[in-house]
Amino acid sequence: MLNNQILNKKGVCLLWKIKGKFHFQRFLSQNIDRHYDIIIAGGGMVGTTLACTLGKNSILKNKKILLLEAGKEKPWTLPEKYNNRVVSVNPGSQKLLSSINAWNFIEKNRVATVKQLQVWEALSDASITFEQPKNNEPISYIVENDLILAAVAEQAQSCPNLEIQYEAKVKNYQLPDFNADITQLKMENGQNFSCNLLLGCDGVNSTVRKCMHANYISWNYGQMGVVATLQLDQQPGFKNDVAWQRFLPNGPVALLPLTDELSSLVWSTTIQQAKELLELPEERFVEQLNKAIGGTFKKSSLVSQAINSFDNLLRALNCPSTNQATAPTICGMETNSRAAFPLGFGHSSQYIGKGVVLVGDAAHRIHPLAGQGVNLGFGDVNCLNEVLTKAVYSGGGLNDLSYLKEYESERQKHNLPMMIAVEGLHRLTTTTLAPIVLLRGLGLQFSNALVPLKKYLISQASI
Amino acid sequence: MTKFLRKCSNFTFIHLRLQSHSTTIDQQEIEQFKKLAKEWWHEFGSNKPLHSMNKLRVPFVRDGLINEGVVHEQNLKTSTPLKNLSILDVGCGGGILSEPLCRLGANVTGIDANPGIIDVAKKHAEKNHLNINYLFSSIEDHSKCHFEKYDSIVASEILEHVTEKEKFLSACSACLKPLGSIFITTINNTALASFLSIFVAETVLELVPKGIHQPDKFIEPYRLQRMLEDCNLKTKVIHGMFYNVFTNNWHLCSNNSVNYCIHAVKIC
Ligand SMILES: Cc1cc2nc3c(=O)[nH]c(=O)nc-3n(C[C@H](O)[C@H](O)[C@H](O)COP(=O)(O)OP(=O)(O)OC[C@H]3O[C@@H](n4cnc5c(N)ncnc54)[C@H](O)[C@@H]3O)c2cc1C
Ligand SMILES: C[S@@+](CC[C@H](N)C(=O)[O-])C[C@H]1O[C@@H](n2cnc3c(N)ncnc32)[C@H](O)[C@@H]1O
Repeated sequence: MLNNQILNKKGVCLLWKIKGKFHFQRFLSQNIDRHYDIIIAGGGMVGTTLACTLGKNSILKNKKILLLEAGKEKPWTLPEKYNNRVVSVNPGSQKLLSSINAWNFIEKNRVATVKQLQVWEALSDASITFEQPKNNEPISYIVENDLILAAVAEQAQSCPNLEIQYEAKVKNYQLPDFNADITQLKMENGQNFSCNLLLGCDGVNSTVRKCMHANYISWNYGQMGVVATLQLDQQPGFKNDVAWQRFLPNGPVALLPLTDELSSLVWSTTIQQAKELLELPEERFVEQLNKAIGGTFKKSSLVSQAINSFDNLLRALNCPSTNQATAPTICGMETNSRAAFPLGFGHSSQYIGKGVVLVGDAAHRIHPLAGQGVNLGFGDVNCLNEVLTKAVYSGGGLNDLSYLKEYESERQKHNLPMMIAVEGLHRLTTTTLAPIVLLRGLGLQFSNALVPLKKYLISQASI
Repeated sequence: MTKFLRKCSNFTFIHLRLQSHSTTIDQQEIEQFKKLAKEWWHEFGSNKPLHSMNKLRVPFVRDGLINEGVVHEQNLKTSTPLKNLSILDVGCGGGILSEPLCRLGANVTGIDANPGIIDVAKKHAEKNHLNINYLFSSIEDHSKCHFEKYDSIVASEILEHVTEKEKFLSACSACLKPLGSIFITTINNTALASFLSIFVAETVLELVPKGIHQPDKFIEPYRLQRMLEDCNLKTKVIHGMFYNVFTNNWHLCSNNSVNYCIHAVKIC
């Protein structure tokens, strides 16, 4: 029975397959170097924040937690220049980071506050301003990825029940089958760990997700996000607290405030144009960008529709719309701050399995046009923390599927509509494909997602 | 001490066989449960509703004890709020409720009239490294050597299998310390309850084994409450419980015409 299971997981368990059952049984009983209650695979922004949140939870105080990150530990010193990778952190995520004491560290270093979001579209002059109803409450905060990571990593150090290993790459995972309750991990350096609950925070190309045989729908946009740090043309008394976004035929371009003089760019466009933009001399690049922000384009009703749906999205986020303002002018850029990242869509119809949970980009990948990627991940962290607290405080095991199921359905209920809205918006603005097709497809996926446990069990039974 | 307990349960065994007519145990009921022993811990098998009921009844017991003020302050926001409390699980079966209570820190004793199922319970606890004292015994025998021993008693989904409920409850009460809490979940004696738990659950959906319930043993909350009072047990709360067969979830509700739970406290 056990052996069948192993043989079926082709590739992943190659070693065991070669050495056969005998070796596997030894592996089970003797070769585990250490056992943990929880192992978190992947120490990106989401994984490290999760580790820290669980580590600081008094109800989980007696649980041994291990965080594994393939990359090197990065000791933090505030760089003079802004890093080109920044995210917009929404108030919910900010609250989470405050609750684990990481926000202090961020504020002590640097963070920009967004009080207004200005969206306008290239094919008409229509523009919409979004601001928070209670005036001084920000819409979001712009923080460098590295700074978030440093802040949560610092707090993670202070959790006595949490162990962190850097340069620790997981080679493969052996998830529990019907009879077993333990998940096993084989590390690149030959070590073996086991745990009751594995939390997959290993990003878009998640190996944990692949081991779960989760049903994953994904596509590439054939687009890249060009990022850079920009210098703004200074008007006297200018306060840079507005995030700007303009819909262009090739994709949206966004300017996120860093300081009164600097903004961060995320320019989504075709791979072809992205490559060209990266190769342009810096002055020419700035010229192109100003044209994109301020230039005029042919009108289309489709895009007006897109604006409407964006309006609806933001209303859902509690940002009522008002009237318009003028776009800033870019006068230069930080040397060598340009880079480009591929953009894609992905959603796993299972977030949980026996002894395993997916969190953050491992479970869902979204277009950056609404700045929601890491915020969805932080929302996952919040919810998973609550669900695990509830499970343990009710005498359940950490891997009790009936509790984990709550995490899955609650997060899918939140993440999917957001992903569909953003995806619909993206399609409306860049393609002529009717969004209905997409919505229908995803709607189907959604109803499927409501019974993932059933599906999972069926798939297990058929092995 | 353990020797003594063993003796106690050996004695019970003989006692049961010789005098089963004078105990609260209905032999015919016990036979019904024997068949379930093998798949007791199958989360989606015949005991599916018992597994999913944990999400409701464990917090019911935990919060009931917290509200009674018997939980120590320093244990409140930890994984073991029930630390140092002794709990007797009467009719524990394979331990579906005993185990989470043990994980919450309680010293749990589980008794059941089915030796085969007690074996299942022992094996499962051992596998999960849980220290639970499982005994094959009837409540009246147990009460003889455990007078006022327990901070709390749980009797979940067993009362509807007992004919002599007064005897059963008074033995429970004897085991309870003064001011101790008893938590009971059971089925109401209404037409709707019979229809749902026998016709729908046993026949139509085949959710639980046929013949597991006999409606004449179901009891109305007000009658149970009166019986409890006769045993010095004062009712604190009654909630209705609603089972959604499609989602396999239990919810608390105000309507107690089908399933319900009671928390009562022993008055001195
Ligand atoms: C251009 C661009 C702009 C964006 N802008 C925004 C924005 O404004 N707002 C926003 O909210 N989001 C934004 N996002 C999305 C955001 O960056 C991601 O959602 C976020 O980084 C996901 O974090 P994560 O921790 O889930 O995954 P990752 O950051 O991918 O982390 C995964 C980690 O797992 C580790 N790992 C992987 N495999 C293994 C293994 N086998 N063993 C050990 N470790 C392993 C990796 O080393 C990595 O550290 C943007 C994305 C892009 C591309
Ligand atoms: C429906 S099961 C409930 C098990 C457990 N309380 C739970 O909820 O998970 C009922 C159990 O009560 C036991 N039982 C029935 N009558 C009993 C009695 N009079 N004394 C002790 N146990 C009894 C049965 O053997 C069976 O294991």
